[in-house]
Amino acid sequence: MKVTLYLIALVLIVGFGYWVGRRRAFAVSGGRPAHLHSLPGYHGMFVALWCGLPGVLLAAIWFFVEPHVAEYVLVQNLPAEQLEQEADRLALLIVDVKNIAAGYNVFREVTPELEAAAAAYNRVFEIGRAVMLVVALCASIAGLAIGRRLISPDLRARNRVERVMTVVMIVASTIAIMTTLGIVLSLLFEAMRFFGRVPFFDFLFGLKWNPQTAIREGQVAAEGSFGAVPLFAGTLLITLIAMLVAVPVGLFSAIYLSDYAPKRIRATVKPLLEILAGVPTVVYGFFAALTVAPFVRDAVAAFGLEASSESALAAGAVMGIMIIPFVSSLSDDVMNAVPQSLRDGAYAMGATQSETIKQVVFPAALPGIVGAILLAISRAIGETMIVVMAAGLAANLSANPLEAVTTVTVQIVALLTGDQEFDSAKTLAAFALGITLFAATLCLNVVALHIVRKYREKYE
Amino acid sequence: MAELQATAAATEIPEATGASPDAGSDQPAKIAARNVNVFYGTNQALKDIDLDLGGNEVTALIGPSGCGKSTFLRCLNRMNDVIDICRVTGRITLDGEDIYDPRLDVVQLRARVGMVFQKPNPFPKSIYDNIAYGPRIHGVANNKEELEEIVVTSLQRAGLWNEVKDRLNVPGTGLSGGQQQRLCIARAIAVSPEVILMDEPCSALDPIATAKIEELIDELRGNYTIVIVTHNMQQAARVSQRTAFFHLGEMVEADETEAIFTNPKDERTLGYITGRYG
Repeated sequence: MKVTLYLIALVLIVGFGYWVGRRRAFAVSGGRPAHLHSLPGYHGMFVALWCGLPGVLLAAIWFFVEPHVAEYVLVQNLPAEQLEQEADRLALLIVDVKNIAAGYNVFREVTPELEAAAAAYNRVFEIGRAVMLVVALCASIAGLAIGRRLISPDLRARNRVERVMTVVMIVASTIAIMTTLGIVLSLLFEAMRFFGRVPFFDFLFGLKWNPQTAIREGQVAAEGSFGAVPLFAGTLLITLIAMLVAVPVGLFSAIYLSDYAPKRIRATVKPLLEILAGVPTVVYGFFAALTVAPFVRDAVAAFGLEASSESALAAGAVMGIMIIPFVSSLSDDVMNAVPQSLRDGAYAMGATQSETIKQVVFPAALPGIVGAILLAISRAIGETMIVVMAAGLAANLSANPLEAVTTVTVQIVALLTGDQEFDSAKTLAAFALGITLFAATLCLNVVALHIVRKYREKYE
Repeated sequence: MAELQATAAATEIPEATGASPDAGSDQPAKIAARNVNVFYGTNQALKDIDLDLGGNEVTALIGPSGCGKSTFLRCLNRMNDVIDICRVTGRITLDGEDIYDPRLDVVQLRARVGMVFQKPNPFPKSIYDNIAYGPRIHGVANNKEELEEIVVTSLQRAGLWNEVKDRLNVPGTGLSGGQQQRLCIARAIAVSPEVILMDEPCSALDPIATAKIEELIDELRGNYTIVIVTHNMQQAARVSQRTAFFHLGEMVEADETEAIFTNPKDERTLGYITGRYG
């Protein structure tokens, strides 16, 4: 509530600051805005920034510091004898006090001392926040006054505003990078813990995947084996099947779209193809599991072969259909980007249309097409839903597309579904698989982007 | 050989030479255009063009931008077929054969009528493969040695051999603009066409490269019929024997180059060559 009020007040002050800045700029220009260094609007922005930034920064810092201050106060308010226990028991106590403060039930006796600590904890939030918001608002108002005073005809308001905007843009772009970095690091640390229990090479080259470990001491359970080779093999098999479907279909449709289709048809067909990319993968998943897999089984039975009802073939084929638009749309784009002058050159030599495409357009677009295919592969490797639903869970080490296989992503899902303890090898294996998968797709993406970039230089 | 065909053509269709609107030429026409109209959608780009292009000489097409000279040039090897909305009426004959005859194979036509474009457009292949492309698709060479022979002579005739003979395997796109354009000319020569169409071949080049190309055009004249579109009137005067002036989709005047530049019959031609408009 207080925060909402603060935000409303902030918006009002910033808006007011803009108005004041503009007016002030007009005033100091003596009614001739052309005499100002910057347009009056920039002066407005300048004052608005002075209003907004200091207050918001103060408030933001407080929100980061607040929990730590509160916890410090909490600990100070605990009875002295409670502080002399082991670190993790103390941590547990602190969590419980926080729960008391939040009004939850806890599994321990709630003594008056604990309640007092909880109340102190809550008070920090109440008082601290109120004080902070008032201070932040004061800072905004002070900023308004300072900003207004700074306005003069020579003030380089535009340059300053633009510098602030540059910083904003840098921060925005950093957020994405930092997030990725954070994900990678968390994956990496958990994976390190996993490799503390299971040797790295056993994981990478082991042929048996059976991630069942004893949960409690003395339980009758197999000592889990974490050989990831069957998973990689399954992933590769399904990806291969998917590419066998997607590459020919995608490339032929790309060639048709870019070079044979009349403009009108292209304008309709291309968006239609791209709709395929917009179908939720879970829909593909049950399409694969309920329609394609039984169809594959029956069709293969006609040849006297036996197929599992969850076959790599079904999952791979449907995944292939899913990534057709990646291949076709990107390839069509790069083939379209091949300059018409090259086509003209070939036609003028007396080349037929198919000769032109095969010998001039396609080779010229090849790097881009390879890039498109690599992107599609990395998409296929990372795809989860279709394989979860259609490929099965059995970690078979098999190259037979009619058998059920499992993939890295399916196993990650399986490992993390249901109640888990987060320090068993079984759960940590998911992170190891995750980082391996990440490394693989990252490499593919880097290679793909590199190839695409190299291609771009070609016609400049 | 070309001349023989041209004579035969002249006897087959007398109007090609007889009714020639510019009867100043003493040679029979290699290419004859009669009543050629070109439409882009509903927009008429060329109006009733009658023009004869003589064999083994250079004809320059001049005129202000958008006057239809490039469009006319592209009619001569049916490059306009590539454009969906383009429609050509009238009759254009090459050695007496109607090139818009539905029975005529446009691929063979383009093998006989080569083209060089405004912007050099070498294929992103090696220099060797650029030249060998045409002979390969037309199956001209029977073996590797013959193909190599064609590549070498084409490069020599285009005056590029000495500059590239040590690096036939580097990409053609890595050459300088002028070299690229000569590569494109060599590429066009490699299929031994009878006619070479050039669409402002020097407009993207510096004066030195331009001079080289002009020299080359002059040498090639002995063996090929050359039609060149140019914005540069000095260039037209330097390289061509005959000049046709286009204006607003009409062919205003065609004559010996010297006559066009010294004694134009039409007001508009005079205005253009003296720089009053265009």
